[in-house]
Amino acid sequence: MKPFTRLNGLVCPLDRANVDTDAIIPKQFLKSIKRSGFGPYLFDEWRYTNYGEPGMDCTNRPKNPDFVLNQPRYQGAQILLARDNFGCGSSREHAPWAIEDYGFRVMIAPSFADIFFSNSFKNGILPIVASAEIVDRLFKECAATEGYKLDVDLAAQTVTTPSGFSFGFDITPHRKHCLLNGLDDIGLTLQHADEIRAFEAKHKAAQPWLFTA
Amino acid sequence: MAGKTLYDKLWDSHVVRQEADGTCLLYIDRHLVHEVTSPQAFEGLRLAGRKPWRKDTVVAVPDHNTPTNHWDKGIEDPVSKLQVDTLDANIKEFGAQIYFPFKHANQGIIHVIAPENGATLPGMTVVCGDSHTATHGAFGALAHGIGTSEVEHVLATQTLVQKKSKSMLIKVNGQLGAGVTAKDVALAIIGRIGTAGGTGYCVEFAGSAISGLSMEGRMTLCNLAIEGGARAGIVAVDDKTISYLEGRPIAPKGENWTKAVAYWKTLKSDDDAVFDTVIEFNGAEIEPQVTWGTSPEQVTSVGGKVPNPAAESDPIRRAGIERALKYMGLQADMPISDIQIDKVFIGSCTNSRIEDLRAAATVAKGKKVAANVKLALVVPGSGIVKRQAEAEGLDKIFTEAGFEWREPGCSMCLAMNADRLSPGERCASTSNRNFEGRQGPGGRTHLVSPAMAAAAAIAGHFVDVRQAL
Ligand code: SF4
Repeated sequence: MKPFTRLNGLVCPLDRANVDTDAIIPKQFLKSIKRSGFGPYLFDEWRYTNYGEPGMDCTNRPKNPDFVLNQPRYQGAQILLARDNFGCGSSREHAPWAIEDYGFRVMIAPSFADIFFSNSFKNGILPIVASAEIVDRLFKECAATEGYKLDVDLAAQTVTTPSGFSFGFDITPHRKHCLLNGLDDIGLTLQHADEIRAFEAKHKAAQPWLFTA
Repeated sequence: MAGKTLYDKLWDSHVVRQEADGTCLLYIDRHLVHEVTSPQAFEGLRLAGRKPWRKDTVVAVPDHNTPTNHWDKGIEDPVSKLQVDTLDANIKEFGAQIYFPFKHANQGIIHVIAPENGATLPGMTVVCGDSHTATHGAFGALAHGIGTSEVEHVLATQTLVQKKSKSMLIKVNGQLGAGVTAKDVALAIIGRIGTAGGTGYCVEFAGSAISGLSMEGRMTLCNLAIEGGARAGIVAVDDKTISYLEGRPIAPKGENWTKAVAYWKTLKSDDDAVFDTVIEFNGAEIEPQVTWGTSPEQVTSVGGKVPNPAAESDPIRRAGIERALKYMGLQADMPISDIQIDKVFIGSCTNSRIEDLRAAATVAKGKKVAANVKLALVVPGSGIVKRQAEAEGLDKIFTEAGFEWREPGCSMCLAMNADRLSPGERCASTSNRNFEGRQGPGGRTHLVSPAMAAAAAIAGHFVDVRQAL
């Protein structure tokens, strides 16, 4: 996993609530057995006007000019600004894979769906929950200013706008540590293998029927 | 000190260690695996030279990509076939307690086969790389969906890094009216609390209307907890839970059974337990529900009307309604019963169990599917459900009425196989998501109960099933 420390990145506004993971990456792309290469299909049904298939070359597909990701001013965006309940629906990790593969490293919304939120951290993406008022302000400023960038500092847990307005965000120390250092959970957890074994012995004594092998 | 909620009990009995910030390592008892969200996890395991911590906790089945007819031809789509073959190879290499490969007599949707084989037990922690894992909460188990990185984490360590959620009690008092099902209860709840209403919560469903539900009904209800944003939904253990499990293939036997039952009976919230949020419903007031939009919260009762965006004061919600009506091809203020349908899908992990098929068959018996309905599919949740239904003659009732009777699988719930809607087609569906394109690009989904879907198939438009009974 790529570490995440600080980012000064262009913002792309996606002004819809309840954006679901089927919209982020439609099901036909879930047939892949790999975890990379999903970026060109991010928001496939909104982004292109023809039907996307896995493995398709997207360079010459007809694009929907009204969709934000296709607008010239948002090319190269690394921060996705969204509305409530972003990432709801299926648990598919293909959604954060596609977001990361496209080039986004930060998402800001008033709320995220639970599974999507935790999947994001596992892929070096930082989802930031900000109040609806702040998110609204960012949408307005972003619309008014071409080339609108935000400065995101994970160590300090702050986001700063071009005008110098700054707000803080919450993150658990565990997630922060993993993101800052690009650590994957499995290695960390296996440092506690003895504790897992000890728990298992106790658990087996209490509920032997759970251990059939 | 206040008593414990069921969620507290399930959580506390699985904490391996806890960090200062409350992050816990939670022990996992049951790991359900299907072909879509597991290949990258097994690959990660292989690359790191790791082995599953406890392969006897794994129950696996291919379900999303498998066809529901012409099984003799195998899986025709090569991309789907590769994913199913990859699961075969991974289970062969890494092992599982139960594996039903494609065409096995007991194959079916993962959330249907685990309970019916006794692989879901009260008091367990159950995970699967699939959001509808919440289904298993019906057994008083703590069950929720996880992503592929977490699938790999559970395979490698038998644990999950988790923080405890808040607790919500949803009480449905009174009794449901005739023709009103668990699906209607779930949709009515989501209609009230919204699709983000349960975010950050584990929801316990209780009250007389919930204890009155069968295990199938409770599974339907918990299955839809995720559509209300909750990570997990749970129902306390009672006699119905225990009699459902008795004698299931891998449920405990003999002395273990007796011990297990004694423990399971403690799996309910204490009388003095305190929840962070409590919401109450009157079961008698819940009517059959139909979704009109592209989010499960965009729902109303069958006697209702499509909303008028002009009446919505919140600008984001108004834009959401306008976009949904445009996508769904509906006019503001039109009665739900005027909505004509093109296809019907009875199936999915929400509503493909024997009780669901019985309810649909009761409505379809002796009738014919309307001429404007191009396809009415009935897809049982598993081989076991299918054989049971055939033994009861339900397949005949369906085929005589003009429904197609298919092989088990996810089918048109997600349309990863060949079963799907064409652009603009409108479907009465017993599945769980009405998102844009969910049942096929441009397809329009209305979520309903199995009885309501069957009634719509016969009438060609939505009707109040209570009048059809
Ligand atoms: S039936 Fe639908 S919701 Fe259930 S597991 Fe299959 S695809 Fe997912």
